[in-house]
Amino acid sequence: MEKKLVIAGFGGQGVMLAGELLAEAAKDEGKFVTFLPSYGPEMRGGTANCDVIVSDKPIASPVIAHPQAAIIMNLPSLDKFEPLMEKDGLLILNKTLIPREVKRTDLRVLQIDAQTVARELGNEKATNMILLGAYAEIEKPVKLESLKNALKHFLTGKKEVLIPLNEKALEKGAEIAREFLGGK
Amino acid sequence: MGEKVLMKGAEAIAEAAIRAGCMAFFGYPITPQNETPEYFSRRMPELGRVFLQAESEVAAINMVYGAACTGTRVITTSSSPGISLMQEGFSYIANSNVGCVVVNAMRGGPGLGDIAPAQADYFQATKGGGHGDYHSIVLAPHTIQETVDLMYDAFDLADKYRIMVVMLVDGLMGQMMEPVEFKEWVDVKKFKTPEWATVGQGDRDHRNIITSLEILPEGLEKMNLALQAKYKKIKENEVRLEEYEMDDAEYALTAFGTVARIAKTVVEMARKDGIKLGLIRPITVWPFPEKEVAKRADQVKFFFDVEMNEGQMLEDVKLAVNGKKPVHYYGRLGGVVPTAEEIYGEFKKLVGGK
Repeated sequence: MEKKLVIAGFGGQGVMLAGELLAEAAKDEGKFVTFLPSYGPEMRGGTANCDVIVSDKPIASPVIAHPQAAIIMNLPSLDKFEPLMEKDGLLILNKTLIPREVKRTDLRVLQIDAQTVARELGNEKATNMILLGAYAEIEKPVKLESLKNALKHFLTGKKEVLIPLNEKALEKGAEIAREFLGGK
Repeated sequence: MGEKVLMKGAEAIAEAAIRAGCMAFFGYPITPQNETPEYFSRRMPELGRVFLQAESEVAAINMVYGAACTGTRVITTSSSPGISLMQEGFSYIANSNVGCVVVNAMRGGPGLGDIAPAQADYFQATKGGGHGDYHSIVLAPHTIQETVDLMYDAFDLADKYRIMVVMLVDGLMGQMMEPVEFKEWVDVKKFKTPEWATVGQGDRDHRNIITSLEILPEGLEKMNLALQAKYKKIKENEVRLEEYEMDDAEYALTAFGTVARIAKTVVEMARKDGIKLGLIRPITVWPFPEKEVAKRADQVKFFFDVEMNEGQMLEDVKLAVNGKKPVHYYGRLGGVVPTAEEIYGEFKKLVGGK
């Protein structure tokens, strides 16, 4: 098993947190994992993306040239990563911010109106967790339970109160993914 | 060994140095390694050790020099432009025979360049950089775990040979996260002040003097010869490398650091296609594993050197191969990281017909 995921969006959308959470969960399961952020000089805004590889074996290159899966949170990221995707790759899109359809016909595409769903759950900031939950349900790099358990590493102190919301968002994403899988 | 923790490379470097008994940090901030001093700034005071942000890199390296003269385990960390500013201090440290550890998280250059990962400081690290006939031991780990493990060795080597040890990493290794396991803490209570240390005369019947100055050429030549004797000993005893899938290899990649890690994927791709490709990965880039590379020249059809620079280690590979077999090169510059697919594509062009 080797799962290669790119997460991409604007700075501030929780791209890095989603990637780090997946990495932490994979580590907790005793798997090999690398998390590689692309980093620019800006603190927020700008584009942000990260490569996460989860594997049963030691990982050689941490760089992903052609993703098997991508969580895409905004339009510029779709423009950038759509052409790079591996054939039959999985695209999970934040439909709320992506007004166009995917051009390629050789990809699996799951469009989620994730920001709207997150808002309904109580906080738009949980958009990243909805998309990550959906990814985990489909590709199964780690158990959903492990992602939920890993939240406590990141949401500490004052942020601890956000754990239930993020758990719900992960579950909601998984639920949407199950509908997507079942509908095929 | 303890539990695995998920850590950013730049932070793992600091934690490893602390556990290895580093008692003092002096430095000046620079991207992409600011998480290292930030981590030190939090942990060192907690442990009653020294963290000091100097007014410049020039000041920082001279503070390192001073601490090293007392026989204290000391470190500075920086990135390419900052390392350039420290070169004078490195040269003084070399001819003073004192030990320290310097981490260079290389970024794209020349000049102010960018903050993306690069390997273009290989010449600077392995061939001097500062003035005079000197060397530092240069370690080039390729994963965060290896960086962490080598940090303990870096301090041991610095103490053993009274020499500067460079940990040559890059921005990618500083920024990426990976689970790491740390070795046991080094017991700093067991450290003894060396008898040569300049810590006050005390009960000694003589003053210890550490200097890189010797006005008489004949005297300075003697100092140089002593340095060269030390380097010879290091060359004989401290060469380290990893040979990956080399047993039956018909072709050999040569690469260090991040690129070596990517090269392992290239080896896997080639093996899947039935091509016998291996990788020679120097862990010490000074001393360079000359003999080991030379030996493989009898075995492989050609060498293919890949770096994130214009072919710097390439020269050492060529010297070792000494014309016996072709040595090809591919590289990316300015902070561009080559992909495994790209390297494999270049390799297949060289193999031809197949």
